[in-house]
This record gives sequence, structure tokens and C-alpha cells, in this order.
Amino acid sequence: MTQPEVHSSNPPQETQIRPEPGLRSAYRPVFDMSVCDGCGICARECSFNEIRMDTREGKKVPVANRRSCGACHRCEYTCPLGAIHIEENKMALRPHGVWKDSAMQRIHLQAASGAVALTGLGADTEVPNYFDQILFNACQVTNPSIDPQREPMETVTYLGRKAKSLKDVEDIQHFHNALIRLRMPVVFAPMSYGSINLNFQKAMARVAQKKGLLWYSGEGGLHKELYPYRDCVVLQVASGRFGVSQEYLRAGRAYQIKIGQGAKPGIGGHLPGEKVLEGISETRMIPLHSDAISPAPQHDIYSIEDLRLLIYAIKEASGYKPVCVKIAAVHNVAAIASGVVRAGADMIYLDGYRGGSGATPSIVRDHVGIPIELALAAVDQRLRDEHIRDQASIVAAGGIRNSADVMKAVALGADVVAIGTACLLACGCHACQRCSSGKCPWGITTNDPDLSQRLDVDWAEERLTNLLEGWHHEMQEIMGLNGIYDIGSFRGNRLILRGVGLSDRELSILGIQHAGE
Amino acid sequence: MCGIAGLISRQRVKENGKRIKQGIVLQNDRGNGLGAGYAAYGIYPDYADLYAIHVMAMDEESMLEVQSYLQEHFVIQHMEDIPIWNRVIHDHPLVKRFFVEPKESIIKAFPVPVSEDNYTIEKVMAINDRQEGAFVFSSGKDVGVFKGVGTPADIYDFFCLDDYEGYTWLAHNRFPTNTPGWWGGAHPFNLLGWSIVHNGEISSYGINRRYLEGFGYKCRMQTDSEVVAYLLDLLIRRHGLTIEEATLALAPPYWASVEREKDPEVEQRLLALKIIYESAMLNGPFAILAGFDNGMFSITDNTKLRPMTVGLADDYSYFASEVSALYEMEPGLERVITPRAGQPCIVNLDHGAESREAEAPITR
Repeated sequence: MTQPEVHSSNPPQETQIRPEPGLRSAYRPVFDMSVCDGCGICARECSFNEIRMDTREGKKVPVANRRSCGACHRCEYTCPLGAIHIEENKMALRPHGVWKDSAMQRIHLQAASGAVALTGLGADTEVPNYFDQILFNACQVTNPSIDPQREPMETVTYLGRKAKSLKDVEDIQHFHNALIRLRMPVVFAPMSYGSINLNFQKAMARVAQKKGLLWYSGEGGLHKELYPYRDCVVLQVASGRFGVSQEYLRAGRAYQIKIGQGAKPGIGGHLPGEKVLEGISETRMIPLHSDAISPAPQHDIYSIEDLRLLIYAIKEASGYKPVCVKIAAVHNVAAIASGVVRAGADMIYLDGYRGGSGATPSIVRDHVGIPIELALAAVDQRLRDEHIRDQASIVAAGGIRNSADVMKAVALGADVVAIGTACLLACGCHACQRCSSGKCPWGITTNDPDLSQRLDVDWAEERLTNLLEGWHHEMQEIMGLNGIYDIGSFRGNRLILRGVGLSDRELSILGIQHAGE
Repeated sequence: MCGIAGLISRQRVKENGKRIKQGIVLQNDRGNGLGAGYAAYGIYPDYADLYAIHVMAMDEESMLEVQSYLQEHFVIQHMEDIPIWNRVIHDHPLVKRFFVEPKESIIKAFPVPVSEDNYTIEKVMAINDRQEGAFVFSSGKDVGVFKGVGTPADIYDFFCLDDYEGYTWLAHNRFPTNTPGWWGGAHPFNLLGWSIVHNGEISSYGINRRYLEGFGYKCRMQTDSEVVAYLLDLLIRRHGLTIEEATLALAPPYWASVEREKDPEVEQRLLALKIIYESAMLNGPFAILAGFDNGMFSITDNTKLRPMTVGLADDYSYFASEVSALYEMEPGLERVITPRAGQPCIVNLDHGAESREAEAPITR
């Protein structure tokens, strides 16, 4: 045990500077002054005003404020001389088992601001990531692996309502019209115009169209410039009904009713008025600079019967396009999913605990919901037990980081996986978690005209294409080393997976065996 | 690695097991003595309308339990020990057969009409799932499976297969690698009229099994091959697919080949088959020979990682892993066909005695 501090009995002196614990950044840029020529690009690139230019001894020099650096690394990448790197602005805090750094900093921050602490991206807690505790099988001797470089390796995936048997198909044309063909089991997760800018949506839309995939609009409507990409978009109808018009209900390839989001189950969204600029106001069909508030529940859905009404209303209005229902992974997700499928959904979108967000109270993000691995395994099994798995496809999302996560999700039972944060990262995001500020230095989660210019559509398109091509090759490699040439035989094939360091309970929920069995 | 042999008479001319034995014994090196078996169609003419339930039991007590279960749910018209000759194989389970029909009183009492076949498979699955120390390994009408742990010659002699006369014969020589060599794991696997022998490994087993469980099938034989027999029952008997459609569902052409199909109607039907039966699709290295009441067919995986050859002579079709085995069964073969990768070969007696489909395998 450490000795208690000995405090001076003198009362503290009044000083000129009032200390404000919390208003101090956890990172800071460090400048190599032997290289820096004082050009000032870093100060211009930093949208958080962390860097200011000062004059010292007649020379211009950058100075860090140490109050707002979030480690976005924009200055580091844009410094033409490579004179900058980011360091932790570490405080020598006395170690404490309960009052860890993050807990203390949170208190300081809230005491300084008096607000709900907002954050972006998905939960950054230590809640187990089950993907990391699952390993794949591989062929040895008795079943030869297949080399994707030499043999066909197919990842074609169909989404939507299928049938139990061929004889159940009354009208084969109708059957096919209700399905969506994907080149591989990956789609772009819903991110609204508002939370991200038009450039980023356009890049996703182009890649989806070029690669035979889908992109989701999120709840921001469909900007008129994106109508050329309507054949591969899933348009969202969420609680605020933003952008939902007659034209909108005809435009999409499919529709998504958003009930919940993994990063903030049970709460709604809020796009502050200052961000509702011209394009957003027009697309969302709301007045300029008015707050865009998406209520927590959809106020015409208080029960499963109401959901059914909305599903069929959208089907009627859209000419019977597939309808997807997005729910957050919560404790009773299997029963909810079963109800949603029986209510008529053709796809069910499960967003797990680690799912991303543009703005969410960190208290909700970090403490509500369950990981996607468990939710997905439970839902897939439940729909099979109830013989309704063929009626709806499962889209799994929430913290998918790489192609191995994709394939593990597919083997657990997902038809397709949605990626959001991975796309942001591909285009420069460094996960500084300040999406809600609207100051994204990489020009992604901002609609500031100057900042969004930083994201070049062609460049973003290329980066996203590269990412998906790389993943596609890796996915084919994983299939091939398991001796499987068609993703269909991978889907729901949990024998391919083994758990490491998991309890019997966890294994039984995941429906997999332990390594060594 | 395993060995496969099969022969079928299109005129349904019956013969004993001598020729099929020659065909499979020649392929002795494809097995390791840990499993062999035969299936024969047309062997029970006296009880042709009854389900011939073959049961293996580890002890007398388990056999009696199965017997009383069968008595409870079926009318047993005849039962007997399956004749065996155990001079070479000493360590073996008890084997018995029951010729049964579902109890009319029970079938009629169902609120929803239940077919005799569905009733029977449900009971077979119940025995295999719940009965300790015993299982049903053959349940069709006028068909019997004979299998166990031993070499093909030993198992042939053990079950005295010289004494059976059938018009379709299948044989298997096993080299188990991934699953234990036990009596229940030997091939053929049978359910009602479906019997299959399989060389290879089914890498899609995990999802095939989960898919079948959704339709009430229980996979309890500790090996991947059994799913094929159940899938045939589901797809052909219950879902009404034709034999050809079933081969396309189980061993489908690549998406790329389907999408190259010029006839849009054919393309749409093939796509629908692939989409609906995604979880039934077999993946991994396999060559499978399947027998059914009216014929026989073979399928292989799309890269043909396991061999299958077909021979034709007179009114007979022969199937084997190796061409030499075809000649061993019929030295005077008129023609030998090597099916291309993924190409099914079908002999369907329903199409009349003139049917020579195996001569012109379905092309992709």
C-alpha cells in the first residue's frame, strides 16, 4: 500500500489561470524542427485547431496546443517534409485498479462540458471479440485444397426471399425478380448523407455498381446525383422518414426499415441544424438549418403488427421490392428476428455491439447490446429451428475488420456481411472517434464544403475497390484451403470453425466445437 | 480413398453377388479392411411390398428394444436373423431383419394425412437417434444393405451374398480417414429406396447436416456420407425433383456455366435450383454412386477429384472407380465412358428398358 499523501494545511492560493481538468488532449503532434521549414500546411490541414503557427526568433514555427489532438494523423500525412509524428500526450497518473485513466478522463471531460459525452465509430471496450477466438479448418491429405489461382472459386450470393423447394415456386419470373445477386457476400453498411458527405456516398455507389454489390443509403434520403446508382442501392426508411417521397419509394433496388443500430440500440439520431446545409436540406426534405431528429422508436411501429403494416406498405409502394429490416443485436434478438421474418421481411440486418455510428452517446455505445457473433449464431439457428431460414437473408454487421471476419460470419450463418468503418478506414480515417464533430480532417464524416473537398471521389473509389479486391482474393483463399469452391457450402457450415479459450456455454451459443475436438 | 463398384440390368435380370464381388475385390487396395458393404435391389420378392428393416445391435437387449419399438409402430409380417457366416469375422454385432408395414390404425389416426414413407423414415430416424447400441442400416422395399468392418471379400462371405439375387448391385471398399471405422460407418448408406456409396470427403457436411436436420433427418452415423442418402430422399421423394434435377442440385454446375446458358428458361430453372438448394449442394472431393428402385446414377465434384468410370454391355451398365474393375465385372464391354468433371451419369429404368442414358451422359 502506498502512503497517503501529506497535504499542506495552507489554503490554496487564488491564481490567474483556473485549471480545467478534461480540456487536454490525449495526443499531441511532435515537430522535428531540424526538418520543418514553417510552411504552415499542418496548421491548415488540422481542422481541430490543434496546431497554430507562431513566430519565434523571426522564423515561422508550428506549435501544438495540446488541447484537441485526437490522433487523426492528417498533419503527419500532409507534411511535405515528413517533419511530424503523433505521440501520446501521456499524463503520469497514479495507477488505480478502479479509477483507470479512461474513467478519470471521462469524469474530467464531463465535468468540464456538462453534456452527454458523444463519440463516433463503434465500441472501443474490452468486451470479448469472438471472431478472435474462432479459427478455421484446413484440408490435409484426405480432402485436397483447391487453388483459387487455378480453379474456379465462386462467391456469388443471392439475397432475399427464397423457397423451401422448387415445387413451392409458382412463378419462376417472380421468384427471380425478388432476389438480388451479389458478386461476393459483402455490402456497404448504411451511412446517411449528413453523417458522411456526398463524395463518400458516391464512391461507395460507384464501387457497388462496378462490383455487383449493394450500398445502403442510411437515413439521409437519396441525393439527386446518386440516382444513376439506384439499381444497387438499398434505400432506408427510418424513424425520421427523411427523404421518403413517392419517387424515392420507386427508385431503390430494395428498402430497409431501420429499427435499431448496433452502436445505439434503443435511441434515435440527431443531425444538428448547423450541419443541415443546402444539399442535405433538399435531400432530406427539411428546412435549411433545422435539426434533423430521428425519434428513438418509429412512431407508427409500436408492435410487430405495426412493423408488418409498414413492410407491406413499402412493398406495395415500391412495386414489391425486397424489404430489409435492420435491428440492433440485443438480448432477445433471436425471437425478435423470428417475428420480423414472419412479419414479412425478406432480409434481416443484424447490427452488433461493435457497430459504428457517426454520433452516439458513448455511454450507450459502450454498454448496450451484444456482439454480432453471438447474435448471428442465435438468429441463424432460431430461423432454422422454426423452418423459416429460407424466407429471409441475414445481413451481419458490427465490427467486421477483415476478410477472415467476413468468412467466419458467413460460416456462422450470415448470407452477407456489411462493412462501414472498414470503408472509412480505407479512405484515410484513423479512428479518432470524432465523427460527430463535423470536422473530419479526412473529409469523410463532414459536410463542411472545404473539408469534404479533401475526399476525392475517384481516389476513394480506387481505395474501396482495392480493399474489396484484396478481401475477395483472401476469401477465395480461405474457401480453397477448406476444399470448398462455392461460398454456398461455406454458409452456415459451422464445422469449419473451432473455438479457442471459450466456455461450453459460449461454444453452444456459437454452435461450434472447441479446437482439438 | 475408397473403391466403388455397381452394376444394373436394364431388363431387371437378377443375378447373385458374384460379379459385383469381383468388381470390388479387384479394388482391394482402395480400402484398408475397416469397412465394406453391398446393396442389392430385387432381393426380397416374397416381401416386395413391405419395408425391409435391417437392424444391427451390439447386444441382445438392444435388439429386443428395437423389436418392441417396431412392434409398437408397425405390423411385423416376418422377422429373422440375417444369415451370417462368421468363421473369418468373429467380432460382429447381431444382425436381424424385419419385414414391416405401418400400423394402419396409427396412420389413419393422424389429423393430417401422413405418407407411409414419411412415417417409416421418422421411425427409422427415431431408432437411430435414441436407441443405445442399435441402429437401422437399411429400410427400403425389396432392397437390402449388407455392410460391416472387414475387407470386401470378408463382408461378402460374412453375409452369404452368393444366396441373394438382385438386378442392381452396389459395392464399396472403405479407407476411413476422418471418421471411425465401425459397422455403422461402412457404406452403402440407405434410407427407403435410396442407397449410396461414396468415395471422398464432403466438405460441405456441416451445412448439409444442419439443412437436413431442419427437415427432421438425424445424422447419427458419425460420417459425412450418410447425408447423401437423406438428401436424395428429401429432394426426389419429398420435393419431387427429377433424378436429373437432383443431380444438378447436389453437384451443380458453376455459376459461371449457368450464366452462360443460352436458353433463358433453362438458365432460370438452373439458377432457381442452385439458389434454393444452396445448403444441399455437396462440396469437396467426391464420386458418388447411388442406387434407387428404378435405376442408378453417379455424380462427381466439379473438379473430379475422385474417379468414376462407366461401362456398357448388352443391357447392363457398370460403374466403378477403376476401369479394370469394369472389365472384371464384364470382360466383353462394348464401351467405356469416362464422365467429365461434374457430369452425372444416369440409368433410369422408368424411361423403359431401351433407356441408355448412361451412354450419353447429361452434358453441361
